[in-house]
Amino acid sequence: MIRMTNVTKKYRNQTVLKDISLTVPPGKIIGIVGRNGSGKSTLLRLISGLSLPTSGSVTVNGETANRRIGKVVSYSAELGSFYPIFTVREAMRFQASQFADFNLAKADEIMKLMQLDPHMKIKALSKGHRGRLQIMLTLAREVPYILMDEPLSGLDPMVRESIVKGMISYVDLKSQTLLMTSHEVSEIETLLDGFIALHDGSLHRTADVEELHESEALRISEWMKKTYL
Amino acid sequence: MDEFNASKPIYLQLADRIQRQILSGDMKAGEKLPSIRDMGIKYSMNPNTVQRAYSELERQGILETKRGQGTFVSERQDRLVLQRDKLKHEQIQQFVHVMQEMGYSVAEILSGLEEYLNHVERGG
Repeated sequence: MIRMTNVTKKYRNQTVLKDISLTVPPGKIIGIVGRNGSGKSTLLRLISGLSLPTSGSVTVNGETANRRIGKVVSYSAELGSFYPIFTVREAMRFQASQFADFNLAKADEIMKLMQLDPHMKIKALSKGHRGRLQIMLTLAREVPYILMDEPLSGLDPMVRESIVKGMISYVDLKSQTLLMTSHEVSEIETLLDGFIALHDGSLHRTADVEELHESEALRISEWMKKTYL
Repeated sequence: MDEFNASKPIYLQLADRIQRQILSGDMKAGEKLPSIRDMGIKYSMNPNTVQRAYSELERQGILETKRGQGTFVSERQDRLVLQRDKLKHEQIQQFVHVMQEMGYSVAEILSGLEEYLNHVERGG
């Protein structure tokens, strides 16, 4: 379980997140939605332990989310940073050397599914293939929490589809929870159990996707338009 | 996905879709369904949602899960026949309701339906 209690995050004198309290139950796929600048990425970074709250607390499985939380959380930033001279396979080995839970066999499988060439240098990869590489490196870790910042952003429909299929194939909801931010809400709607909607750094709503369909007969994107998110 | 609309829970829409495939004979009694994960991949759908759709159809007696083997179309023809009748009734009810709302008489509905079906049968 991920738990945020009265979390506020400020950068200098700018408040990015305001008094957020929420829980994310295990075994679900949850989307973090909201406009640009609503605080989605910051929320994800706080859970990953790469950034600390100005006030309030963030815990993952009861432990405070700091740098050490990386042992139960696999985090993928929006703009992945790789050593450009590495090949795909070298990037894989590097990831395996950093994380004991990195499953090389699983990485190999995902690499094949994503049609990544293990001998290609990262600097020679297209944007779409970099996106796929990042999915492979993130999903091959056997950890209870997977966090992805805009995994579909800026990729063409075919790449987006293969990434979505990769998520379904390689995230095991019996033991894992996937939390992701996305602008392409309509594209991931059928993938989500629930969503967290942010607006100007405040928590606007958390809900079950099916609950929204049942109670308001709206897609998330339609609901967002209606409530001016 | 555009194939699913927001007016009804996605798991029920998937359940309806599977049900139609069974009733139309596209899926036969005793046939094995794709695993939850494969079904999820096919429709880019959350495995938890697929699980709910399967459970719903199991509750109706249309699907059966055999431990360690997977999910199958029920061999019990009586449940399928029952479901087929129920679905027919629902569709007719809906159609008649709309027609009567627009002021058509029973005789008009019947003759209109007959005319239409004859036309379809002739390959129109």
